[in-house]
Amino acid sequence: MNGLHRWPVRVASLLAAVAVWHLATAADLRLWVRFDRFPGPVEVVREFGRQVEQGQFWQDVAQSLVRILSGFALAAVLGVALGVATARSRWAGDLLQPLFEVARPIPAIALVPVAILLFPANEQGIVFITFAAAFFPVLVSTRHAVKALPVVWEDAVRTLGGGRWRVLVRVVLPGVLPGVFGGLSIGMGVAWICVISAEMISGDFGVGYRTWQAYTIVDYPGVLVGMATIGLLGWLTSASVELAGRRLTRWLPREERS
Amino acid sequence: MSGEAQRRVWGVDPPQGAGRGLSLRAERVTLGYGGRAVVRGLDLDVAAGEILVVVGPSGCGKSTLLRAFAGLLPAVSGRVLADGEPVGGASADRALMFQDDALLPWRTARRNVELALALRGVPRRERRAAAERWLGRVGLGDDAGRLPRELSGGMRQRVQLARTLAAGPRAILMDEPFGALDAQTRASMQRLLLDVLADAPATVVFVTHDVDEALLLGHRVVVLGPAGVAAEFAVPASRDAVLAALGAGDQLKEAV
Repeated sequence: MNGLHRWPVRVASLLAAVAVWHLATAADLRLWVRFDRFPGPVEVVREFGRQVEQGQFWQDVAQSLVRILSGFALAAVLGVALGVATARSRWAGDLLQPLFEVARPIPAIALVPVAILLFPANEQGIVFITFAAAFFPVLVSTRHAVKALPVVWEDAVRTLGGGRWRVLVRVVLPGVLPGVFGGLSIGMGVAWICVISAEMISGDFGVGYRTWQAYTIVDYPGVLVGMATIGLLGWLTSASVELAGRRLTRWLPREERS
Repeated sequence: MSGEAQRRVWGVDPPQGAGRGLSLRAERVTLGYGGRAVVRGLDLDVAAGEILVVVGPSGCGKSTLLRAFAGLLPAVSGRVLADGEPVGGASADRALMFQDDALLPWRTARRNVELALALRGVPRRERRAAAERWLGRVGLGDDAGRLPRELSGGMRQRVQLARTLAAGPRAILMDEPFGALDAQTRASMQRLLLDVLADAPATVVFVTHDVDEALLLGHRVVVLGPAGVAAEFAVPASRDAVLAALGAGDQLKEAV
Protein backbone atom coordinates (compact mmCIF):
# COMPACT_ATOMS: atom_id res chain seq x y z
CA MET A 1 0.00 0.00 0.00
CA ASN A 2 1.20 3.49 -0.78
CA GLY A 3 2.62 5.34 2.23
CA LEU A 4 0.58 8.48 1.53
CA HIS A 5 -2.68 6.57 1.70
CA ARG A 6 -1.85 5.23 5.13
CA TRP A 7 -1.33 8.59 6.83
CA PRO A 8 -5.02 9.58 7.12
CA VAL A 9 -5.69 6.28 8.96
CA ARG A 10 -2.79 6.88 11.34
CA VAL A 11 -3.85 10.46 12.11
CA ALA A 12 -7.49 9.40 12.49
CA SER A 13 -6.44 6.76 15.03
CA LEU A 14 -4.76 9.39 17.22
CA LEU A 15 -7.65 11.83 16.85
CA ALA A 16 -10.18 9.15 17.78
CA ALA A 17 -8.28 8.39 20.99
CA VAL A 18 -8.23 12.09 21.90
CA ALA A 19 -11.97 12.37 21.13
CA VAL A 20 -12.81 9.40 23.41
CA TRP A 21 -10.67 10.99 26.13
CA HIS A 22 -12.46 14.32 25.71
CA LEU A 23 -15.94 12.75 25.82
CA ALA A 24 -15.09 10.63 28.85
CA THR A 25 -13.77 13.57 30.89
CA ALA A 26 -16.43 16.06 29.70
CA ALA A 27 -19.18 13.63 30.76
CA ASP A 28 -17.40 12.93 34.12
CA LEU A 29 -17.70 9.27 33.28
CA ARG A 30 -17.61 6.82 36.20
CA LEU A 31 -17.66 3.30 34.82
CA TRP A 32 -15.43 1.49 37.33
CA VAL A 33 -12.58 3.60 35.87
CA ARG A 34 -13.30 7.17 36.92
CA PHE A 35 -12.83 10.20 34.70
CA ASP A 36 -14.53 12.78 36.93
CA ARG A 37 -11.29 14.20 38.35
CA PHE A 38 -9.21 13.34 35.29
CA PRO A 39 -8.05 16.38 33.25
CA GLY A 40 -9.44 16.51 29.71
CA PRO A 41 -7.49 17.19 26.52
CA VAL A 42 -8.50 20.85 26.42
CA GLU A 43 -7.08 21.49 29.90
CA VAL A 44 -3.92 19.58 29.08
CA VAL A 45 -3.38 21.42 25.80
CA ARG A 46 -3.90 24.76 27.59
CA GLU A 47 -1.37 23.77 30.26
CA PHE A 48 1.04 22.57 27.55
CA GLY A 49 0.71 25.93 25.78
CA ARG A 50 1.47 27.71 29.05
CA GLN A 51 4.52 25.58 29.79
CA VAL A 52 6.20 25.82 26.38
CA GLU A 53 6.37 29.58 26.84
CA GLN A 54 8.47 29.12 29.97
CA GLY A 55 12.19 28.51 30.03
CA GLN A 56 11.87 25.82 32.67
CA PHE A 57 10.05 23.43 30.33
CA TRP A 58 12.84 23.62 27.74
CA GLN A 59 15.49 23.32 30.41
CA ASP A 60 13.85 20.11 31.62
CA VAL A 61 13.60 18.74 28.08
CA ALA A 62 17.24 19.60 27.38
CA GLN A 63 18.37 18.02 30.66
CA SER A 64 16.51 14.76 29.97
CA LEU A 65 17.79 14.64 26.40
CA VAL A 66 21.39 15.15 27.47
CA ARG A 67 21.03 12.35 30.02
CA ILE A 68 19.43 9.89 27.67
CA LEU A 69 21.70 10.64 24.74
CA SER A 70 24.90 10.28 26.81
CA GLY A 71 23.69 7.04 28.41
CA PHE A 72 22.46 5.68 25.12
CA ALA A 73 25.62 6.61 23.20
CA LEU A 74 27.77 4.90 25.85
CA ALA A 75 25.53 1.84 25.72
CA ALA A 76 25.63 1.70 21.92
CA VAL A 77 29.43 1.93 21.70
CA LEU A 78 30.20 -0.45 24.57
CA GLY A 79 27.33 -2.80 23.74
CA VAL A 80 28.51 -3.29 20.15
CA ALA A 81 32.20 -3.48 21.10
CA LEU A 82 31.72 -5.98 23.92
CA GLY A 83 29.05 -7.92 22.01
CA VAL A 84 31.46 -8.45 19.14
CA ALA A 85 34.34 -9.22 21.50
CA THR A 86 32.45 -11.83 23.54
CA ALA A 87 31.05 -13.46 20.42
CA ARG A 88 34.33 -13.65 18.52
CA SER A 89 37.00 -14.15 21.16
CA ARG A 90 36.80 -17.16 23.43
CA TRP A 91 39.04 -15.36 25.90
CA ALA A 92 36.80 -12.28 26.08
CA GLY A 93 33.75 -14.52 26.23
CA ASP A 94 35.02 -16.51 29.21
CA LEU A 95 36.14 -13.36 30.97
CA LEU A 96 33.05 -11.21 30.50
CA GLN A 97 30.10 -13.43 29.71
CA PRO A 98 29.50 -14.75 33.27
CA LEU A 99 29.60 -11.19 34.58
CA PHE A 100 27.03 -10.03 32.04
CA GLU A 101 24.75 -12.99 32.67
CA VAL A 102 24.65 -12.22 36.39
CA ALA A 103 24.20 -8.46 35.95
CA ARG A 104 21.65 -8.67 33.13
CA PRO A 105 18.55 -9.75 35.10
CA ILE A 106 18.92 -6.81 37.52
CA PRO A 107 16.43 -4.12 36.45
CA ALA A 108 18.38 -0.94 35.75
CA ILE A 109 16.09 1.05 38.01
CA ALA A 110 17.07 -1.19 40.94
CA LEU A 111 20.56 0.25 40.48
CA VAL A 112 19.49 3.63 41.88
CA PRO A 113 20.97 2.96 45.35
CA VAL A 114 24.15 1.65 43.73
CA ALA A 115 24.36 4.74 41.56
CA ILE A 116 23.85 7.03 44.54
CA LEU A 117 26.66 5.26 46.43
CA LEU A 118 29.07 5.09 43.50
CA PHE A 119 28.84 8.45 41.81
CA PRO A 120 29.70 11.79 43.38
CA ALA A 121 27.05 13.65 41.38
CA ASN A 122 23.39 12.86 40.80
CA GLU A 123 23.82 13.56 37.13
CA GLN A 124 26.39 10.79 36.60
CA GLY A 125 24.19 8.34 38.48
CA ILE A 126 21.24 8.98 36.19
CA VAL A 127 23.39 8.61 33.07
CA PHE A 128 24.77 5.37 34.53
CA ILE A 129 21.28 3.96 35.05
CA THR A 130 20.25 4.94 31.53
CA PHE A 131 23.40 3.32 30.20
CA ALA A 132 22.77 0.11 32.17
CA ALA A 133 19.24 -0.08 30.77
CA ALA A 134 20.21 0.31 27.12
CA PHE A 135 23.47 -1.65 27.31
CA PHE A 136 22.10 -5.20 27.62
CA PRO A 137 19.66 -5.14 24.70
CA VAL A 138 22.46 -3.81 22.48
CA LEU A 139 24.97 -6.35 23.81
CA VAL A 140 22.68 -9.35 23.40
CA SER A 141 21.43 -8.43 19.93
CA THR A 142 25.01 -7.76 18.77
CA ARG A 143 26.14 -11.14 20.10
CA HIS A 144 23.34 -12.92 18.28
CA ALA A 145 23.97 -11.00 15.08
CA VAL A 146 27.68 -11.91 15.15
CA LYS A 147 26.89 -15.58 15.72
CA ALA A 148 24.35 -15.56 12.89
CA LEU A 149 26.69 -14.03 10.28
CA PRO A 150 26.98 -16.29 7.22
CA VAL A 151 30.41 -17.95 7.43
CA VAL A 152 30.84 -17.58 3.69
CA TRP A 153 31.25 -13.77 3.95
CA GLU A 154 34.14 -14.11 6.33
CA ASP A 155 35.68 -16.95 4.32
CA ALA A 156 35.45 -14.89 1.15
CA VAL A 157 37.32 -11.96 2.67
CA ARG A 158 39.92 -14.27 4.19
CA THR A 159 40.69 -15.96 0.86
CA LEU A 160 40.96 -12.52 -0.74
CA GLY A 161 43.74 -11.64 1.67
CA GLY A 162 41.92 -10.20 4.69
CA GLY A 163 43.29 -10.88 8.18
CA ARG A 164 41.37 -10.97 11.46
CA TRP A 165 41.22 -7.20 11.82
CA ARG A 166 40.11 -6.62 8.23
CA VAL A 167 37.42 -9.27 8.61
CA LEU A 168 36.18 -7.40 11.67
CA VAL A 169 35.99 -4.04 9.94
CA ARG A 170 34.81 -5.17 6.51
CA VAL A 171 32.55 -8.10 7.32
CA VAL A 172 31.51 -8.26 10.96
CA LEU A 173 30.69 -4.62 11.68
CA PRO A 174 28.67 -3.96 8.52
CA GLY A 175 27.12 -7.43 8.64
CA VAL A 176 25.75 -7.13 12.18
CA LEU A 177 24.14 -3.70 11.63
CA PRO A 178 20.60 -5.02 11.02
CA GLY A 179 20.71 -6.98 14.28
CA VAL A 180 22.40 -4.15 16.17
CA PHE A 181 19.68 -1.73 15.18
CA GLY A 182 17.07 -4.11 16.57
CA GLY A 183 18.90 -3.87 19.91
CA LEU A 184 19.31 -0.10 19.64
CA SER A 185 15.55 0.36 19.14
CA ILE A 186 14.75 -1.71 22.21
CA GLY A 187 17.58 -0.01 24.11
CA MET A 188 16.17 3.44 23.35
CA GLY A 189 12.78 2.37 24.69
CA VAL A 190 14.08 1.01 28.01
CA ALA A 191 16.50 3.94 28.31
CA TRP A 192 13.52 6.32 28.41
CA ILE A 193 11.76 4.21 31.01
CA CYS A 194 14.84 4.33 33.18
CA VAL A 195 15.84 7.95 32.72
CA ILE A 196 12.31 9.08 33.66
CA SER A 197 12.13 6.75 36.67
CA ALA A 198 15.59 7.80 37.83
CA GLU A 199 14.65 11.47 37.49
CA MET A 200 11.50 10.85 39.52
CA ILE A 201 13.56 9.28 42.29
CA SER A 202 16.67 11.39 42.41
CA GLY A 203 16.61 14.24 39.90
CA ASP A 204 16.69 18.00 40.42
CA PHE A 205 15.60 18.74 36.87
CA GLY A 206 14.27 16.87 33.88
CA VAL A 207 10.91 15.85 32.48
CA GLY A 208 10.56 12.92 34.89
CA TYR A 209 11.34 15.09 37.92
CA ARG A 210 8.87 17.77 36.76
CA THR A 211 6.13 15.20 36.17
CA TRP A 212 6.52 13.75 39.68
CA GLN A 213 6.71 17.28 41.10
CA ALA A 214 3.38 18.15 39.44
CA TYR A 215 1.82 15.04 40.99
CA THR A 216 2.97 15.95 44.52
CA ILE A 217 1.34 19.37 44.25
CA VAL A 218 -1.85 17.83 42.79
CA ASP A 219 -1.34 19.53 39.41
CA TYR A 220 -2.92 16.78 37.29
CA PRO A 221 -2.84 18.62 33.95
CA GLY A 222 0.87 19.17 34.66
CA VAL A 223 1.33 15.40 35.14
CA LEU A 224 -0.30 14.70 31.80
CA VAL A 225 1.76 17.40 30.07
CA GLY A 226 4.84 15.61 31.45
CA MET A 227 3.61 12.30 30.13
CA ALA A 228 2.78 13.72 26.72
CA THR A 229 6.25 15.28 26.61
CA ILE A 230 7.86 11.93 27.46
CA GLY A 231 5.75 10.26 24.78
CA LEU A 232 6.75 12.81 22.14
CA LEU A 233 10.45 12.72 23.02
CA GLY A 234 10.46 8.92 23.11
CA TRP A 235 8.76 8.73 19.75
CA LEU A 236 11.16 11.28 18.27
CA THR A 237 14.30 9.49 19.46
CA SER A 238 13.01 6.03 18.50
CA ALA A 239 12.09 7.32 15.06
CA SER A 240 15.63 8.72 14.67
CA VAL A 241 17.10 5.33 15.53
CA GLU A 242 14.74 3.61 13.08
CA LEU A 243 15.58 6.09 10.34
CA ALA A 244 19.33 5.73 10.86
CA GLY A 245 18.89 1.95 10.82
CA ARG A 246 16.99 1.99 7.55
CA ARG A 247 19.54 4.32 5.99
CA LEU A 248 22.43 2.07 6.95
CA THR A 249 20.81 -1.24 5.96
CA ARG A 250 19.45 -0.39 2.54
CA TRP A 251 21.29 -3.37 1.17
CA LEU A 252 18.97 -5.83 2.93
CA PRO A 253 16.68 -7.85 0.66
CA ARG A 254 13.23 -6.26 0.57
CA GLU A 255 11.33 -8.87 2.57
CA GLU A 256 13.71 -8.37 5.50
CA ARG A 257 13.40 -4.59 5.54
CA SER A 258 9.72 -3.55 5.50
CA MET B 1 43.51 -13.18 -31.57
CA SER B 2 46.83 -14.33 -33.01
CA GLY B 3 47.55 -17.96 -33.68
CA GLU B 4 50.00 -18.08 -30.83
CA ALA B 5 47.55 -16.58 -28.37
CA GLN B 6 44.90 -18.97 -29.62
CA ARG B 7 47.25 -21.83 -28.87
CA ARG B 8 47.89 -20.49 -25.44
CA VAL B 9 44.18 -20.21 -24.67
CA TRP B 10 43.23 -23.63 -25.90
CA GLY B 11 46.55 -25.40 -25.59
CA VAL B 12 46.56 -28.00 -22.89
CA ASP B 13 49.85 -29.75 -22.38
CA PRO B 14 52.21 -28.63 -21.00
CA PRO B 15 50.51 -25.81 -19.08
CA GLN B 16 51.83 -22.40 -20.07
CA GLY B 17 53.49 -20.17 -17.52
CA ALA B 18 53.54 -22.92 -14.93
CA GLY B 19 56.08 -20.90 -12.98
CA ARG B 20 53.42 -18.53 -11.66
CA GLY B 21 50.93 -21.13 -10.54
CA LEU B 22 51.17 -22.78 -7.15
CA SER B 23 51.57 -26.52 -6.87
CA LEU B 24 49.11 -28.01 -4.42
CA ARG B 25 49.45 -31.29 -2.62
CA ALA B 26 47.35 -33.30 -0.19
CA GLU B 27 49.28 -35.97 1.71
CA ARG B 28 47.16 -38.64 3.42
CA VAL B 29 44.77 -35.89 4.39
CA THR B 30 41.76 -36.48 6.58
CA LEU B 31 39.23 -33.67 6.72
CA GLY B 32 36.03 -33.27 8.64
CA TYR B 33 33.75 -31.19 10.78
CA GLY B 34 33.17 -31.85 14.46
CA GLY B 35 34.63 -35.35 14.59
CA ARG B 36 32.87 -36.53 11.41
CA ALA B 37 35.40 -37.30 8.70
CA VAL B 38 34.35 -36.30 5.18
CA VAL B 39 37.64 -37.07 3.44
CA ARG B 40 39.85 -39.90 4.69
CA GLY B 41 43.54 -40.30 3.94
CA LEU B 42 43.42 -38.58 0.56
CA ASP B 43 46.51 -38.24 -1.61
CA LEU B 44 46.30 -35.72 -4.42
CA ASP B 45 48.82 -33.70 -6.39
CA VAL B 46 48.04 -30.66 -8.49
CA ALA B 47 50.93 -29.47 -10.66
CA ALA B 48 51.68 -25.76 -10.96
CA GLY B 49 49.62 -24.31 -13.80
CA GLU B 50 47.46 -27.37 -14.13
CA ILE B 51 43.68 -27.28 -14.42
CA LEU B 52 42.44 -30.17 -12.33
CA VAL B 53 38.74 -30.92 -12.45
CA VAL B 54 37.23 -32.82 -9.55
CA VAL B 55 33.96 -34.66 -10.07
CA GLY B 56 32.12 -37.04 -7.79
CA PRO B 57 28.84 -37.71 -6.01
CA SER B 58 27.43 -35.16 -3.57
CA GLY B 59 28.92 -35.43 -0.12
CA CYS B 60 32.16 -37.05 -1.22
CA GLY B 61 34.13 -34.09 0.10
CA LYS B 62 34.84 -32.01 -3.01
CA SER B 63 33.96 -28.70 -1.36
CA THR B 64 35.71 -29.75 1.84
CA LEU B 65 38.87 -30.45 -0.13
CA LEU B 66 38.73 -26.97 -1.70
CA ARG B 67 38.31 -25.39 1.74
CA ALA B 68 41.41 -27.26 2.92
CA PHE B 69 43.45 -26.08 -0.08
CA ALA B 70 42.19 -22.53 0.57
CA GLY B 71 43.44 -22.77 4.15
CA LEU B 72 39.97 -22.31 5.65
CA LEU B 73 39.79 -25.81 7.10
CA PRO B 74 42.78 -27.33 8.91
CA ALA B 75 43.38 -31.02 8.23
CA VAL B 76 42.50 -33.44 11.03
CA SER B 77 45.53 -35.47 10.02
CA GLY B 78 47.95 -35.48 7.09
CA ARG B 79 49.39 -32.44 5.37
CA VAL B 80 48.16 -29.86 2.88
CA LEU B 81 51.00 -28.20 0.98
CA ALA B 82 51.20 -25.23 -1.38
CA ASP B 83 54.51 -25.03 -3.28
CA GLY B 84 55.88 -27.51 -0.78
CA GLU B 85 55.05 -25.34 2.24
CA PRO B 86 52.36 -26.39 4.72
CA VAL B 87 49.18 -24.35 4.33
CA GLY B 88 48.74 -22.51 7.62
CA GLY B 89 45.73 -20.38 6.83
CA ALA B 90 43.89 -18.47 4.15
CA SER B 91 45.88 -16.30 1.77
CA ALA B 92 45.22 -14.10 -1.24
CA ASP B 93 47.43 -16.49 -3.23
CA ARG B 94 44.70 -19.12 -3.10
CA ALA B 95 41.33 -17.64 -3.97
CA LEU B 96 38.20 -19.68 -3.42
CA MET B 97 35.16 -19.05 -5.58
CA PHE B 98 32.18 -20.30 -3.63
CA GLN B 99 29.22 -22.26 -4.83
CA ASP B 100 26.85 -20.17 -2.74
CA ASP B 101 26.33 -16.47 -2.86
CA ALA B 102 29.45 -15.06 -1.25
CA LEU B 103 29.13 -11.40 -2.26
CA LEU B 104 29.01 -8.90 0.59
CA PRO B 105 25.41 -7.67 0.26
CA TRP B 106 26.15 -4.09 1.39
CA ARG B 107 28.74 -3.56 -1.33
CA THR B 108 27.85 -2.79 -4.92
CA ALA B 109 29.04 -5.19 -7.63
CA ARG B 110 32.01 -2.91 -8.29
CA ARG B 111 33.00 -2.62 -4.64
CA ASN B 112 32.77 -6.39 -4.28
CA VAL B 113 35.15 -6.85 -7.19
CA GLU B 114 37.47 -4.24 -5.68
CA LEU B 115 37.68 -6.14 -2.42
CA ALA B 116 40.95 -8.01 -2.91
CA LEU B 117 42.62 -4.88 -4.29
CA ALA B 118 41.29 -2.77 -1.42
CA LEU B 119 42.66 -5.30 1.07
CA ARG B 120 46.02 -5.03 -0.67
CA GLY B 121 45.96 -1.23 -0.39
CA VAL B 122 45.64 -0.41 -4.10
CA PRO B 123 44.64 3.27 -4.50
CA ARG B 124 40.93 3.91 -5.02
CA ARG B 125 41.06 5.14 -8.62
CA GLU B 126 43.22 2.30 -9.77
CA ARG B 127 41.15 -0.44 -8.15
CA ARG B 128 37.97 1.14 -9.35
CA ALA B 129 39.18 1.08 -12.94
CA ALA B 130 40.33 -2.53 -12.53
CA ALA B 131 36.98 -3.58 -11.07
CA GLU B 132 35.08 -1.94 -13.90
CA ARG B 133 37.32 -3.67 -16.44
CA TRP B 134 36.65 -7.06 -14.83
CA LEU B 135 32.92 -6.45 -14.64
CA GLY B 136 33.03 -5.59 -18.34
CA ARG B 137 34.73 -8.89 -19.05
CA VAL B 138 32.00 -10.88 -17.33
CA GLY B 139 29.39 -8.87 -19.24
CA LEU B 140 28.21 -6.76 -16.32
CA GLY B 141 29.81 -3.43 -17.23
CA ASP B 142 26.46 -1.65 -16.88
CA ASP B 143 25.66 -3.16 -13.49
CA ALA B 144 28.71 -1.97 -11.55
CA GLY B 145 26.67 0.30 -9.27
CA ARG B 146 24.01 -2.25 -8.37
CA LEU B 147 23.73 -4.06 -5.04
CA PRO B 148 23.73 -7.88 -4.96
CA ARG B 149 20.03 -7.94 -4.11
CA GLU B 150 19.35 -6.15 -7.39
CA LEU B 151 21.13 -8.84 -9.42
CA SER B 152 19.96 -12.31 -10.46
CA GLY B 153 21.66 -15.44 -9.09
CA GLY B 154 23.59 -15.91 -12.32
CA MET B 155 24.72 -12.28 -12.35
CA ARG B 156 25.92 -12.54 -8.74
CA GLN B 157 27.88 -15.62 -9.69
CA ARG B 158 29.57 -13.67 -12.50
CA VAL B 159 30.41 -10.83 -10.11
CA GLN B 160 32.00 -13.41 -7.86
CA LEU B 161 34.02 -14.73 -10.80
CA ALA B 162 35.19 -11.18 -11.55
CA ARG B 163 36.08 -10.68 -7.88
CA THR B 164 38.07 -13.93 -7.78
CA LEU B 165 39.95 -13.22 -11.00
CA ALA B 166 40.60 -9.56 -10.11
CA ALA B 167 42.50 -10.76 -7.05
CA GLY B 168 45.08 -12.27 -9.42
CA PRO B 169 45.54 -15.45 -7.37
CA ARG B 170 48.20 -18.05 -8.12
CA ALA B 171 45.73 -20.80 -7.41
CA ILE B 172 42.02 -20.56 -8.14
CA LEU B 173 39.77 -22.97 -6.28
CA MET B 174 36.33 -23.10 -7.86
CA ASP B 175 33.33 -24.83 -6.33
CA GLU B 176 30.73 -25.38 -9.07
CA PRO B 177 31.23 -21.78 -10.12
CA PHE B 178 29.01 -21.88 -13.19
CA GLY B 179 26.21 -24.02 -11.79
CA ALA B 180 23.71 -21.16 -11.68
CA LEU B 181 24.33 -19.96 -15.24
CA ASP B 182 22.37 -20.58 -18.42
CA ALA B 183 24.11 -22.60 -21.13
CA GLN B 184 25.25 -19.65 -23.21
CA THR B 185 26.58 -17.57 -20.33
CA ARG B 186 28.24 -20.65 -18.92
CA ALA B 187 30.08 -21.20 -22.21
CA SER B 188 31.24 -17.60 -22.31
CA MET B 189 32.44 -17.75 -18.68
CA GLN B 190 34.36 -20.96 -19.38
CA ARG B 191 35.99 -19.25 -22.33
CA LEU B 192 36.75 -16.18 -20.21
CA LEU B 193 38.40 -18.34 -17.57
CA LEU B 194 40.66 -19.94 -20.19
CA ASP B 195 41.45 -16.53 -21.68
CA VAL B 196 42.41 -15.16 -18.30
CA LEU B 197 44.56 -18.17 -17.54
CA ALA B 198 46.37 -17.66 -20.83
CA ASP B 199 47.32 -14.13 -19.76
CA ALA B 200 47.87 -14.81 -16.06
CA PRO B 201 48.61 -18.49 -15.58
CA ALA B 202 47.39 -20.03 -12.36
CA THR B 203 46.71 -23.45 -10.96
CA VAL B 204 43.01 -24.29 -10.97
CA VAL B 205 41.10 -26.86 -8.96
CA PHE B 206 37.62 -26.91 -10.43
CA VAL B 207 34.72 -28.82 -8.88
CA THR B 208 31.76 -29.57 -11.13
CA HIS B 209 28.94 -32.04 -11.71
CA ASP B 210 29.02 -31.41 -15.45
CA VAL B 211 31.12 -33.97 -17.33
CA ASP B 212 31.22 -31.86 -20.52
CA GLU B 213 32.56 -28.94 -18.51
CA ALA B 214 35.13 -31.24 -16.88
CA LEU B 215 36.42 -32.43 -20.25
CA LEU B 216 36.37 -28.94 -21.78
CA LEU B 217 38.32 -27.21 -19.02
CA GLY B 218 40.52 -29.83 -17.41
CA HIS B 219 43.97 -31.04 -18.17
CA ARG B 220 43.11 -33.84 -15.84
CA VAL B 221 39.86 -35.11 -14.33
CA VAL B 222 39.76 -36.80 -10.96
CA VAL B 223 36.73 -38.75 -9.79
CA LEU B 224 36.43 -38.52 -6.03
CA GLY B 225 34.59 -41.27 -4.22
CA PRO B 226 33.92 -42.13 -0.57
CA ALA B 227 37.33 -43.85 -0.38
CA GLY B 228 39.40 -41.10 -1.97
CA VAL B 229 40.41 -40.85 -5.64
CA ALA B 230 38.31 -43.45 -7.44
CA ALA B 231 39.59 -42.77 -10.95
CA GLU B 232 41.80 -40.34 -12.80
CA PHE B 233 41.91 -39.35 -16.48
CA ALA B 234 44.28 -37.18 -18.46
CA VAL B 235 42.31 -35.19 -21.01
CA PRO B 236 43.86 -35.65 -24.45
CA ALA B 237 45.45 -32.56 -25.93
CA SER B 238 43.33 -32.66 -29.05
CA ARG B 239 40.64 -30.57 -27.39
CA ASP B 240 41.43 -27.41 -29.34
CA ALA B 241 41.18 -29.26 -32.62
CA VAL B 242 37.80 -30.69 -31.68
CA LEU B 243 36.56 -27.29 -30.62
CA ALA B 244 37.81 -25.68 -33.80
CA ALA B 245 36.10 -28.37 -35.87
CA LEU B 246 32.85 -27.68 -34.04
CA GLY B 247 33.25 -23.95 -34.60
CA ALA B 248 32.71 -23.59 -30.89
CA GLY B 249 35.47 -21.05 -30.63
CA ASP B 250 33.61 -18.61 -32.86
CA GLN B 251 30.31 -19.18 -31.13
CA LEU B 252 31.89 -18.57 -27.77
CA LYS B 253 33.59 -15.44 -29.01
CA GLU B 254 30.21 -14.04 -30.05
CA ALA B 255 28.75 -14.95 -26.69
CA VAL B 256 31.49 -13.01 -24.95
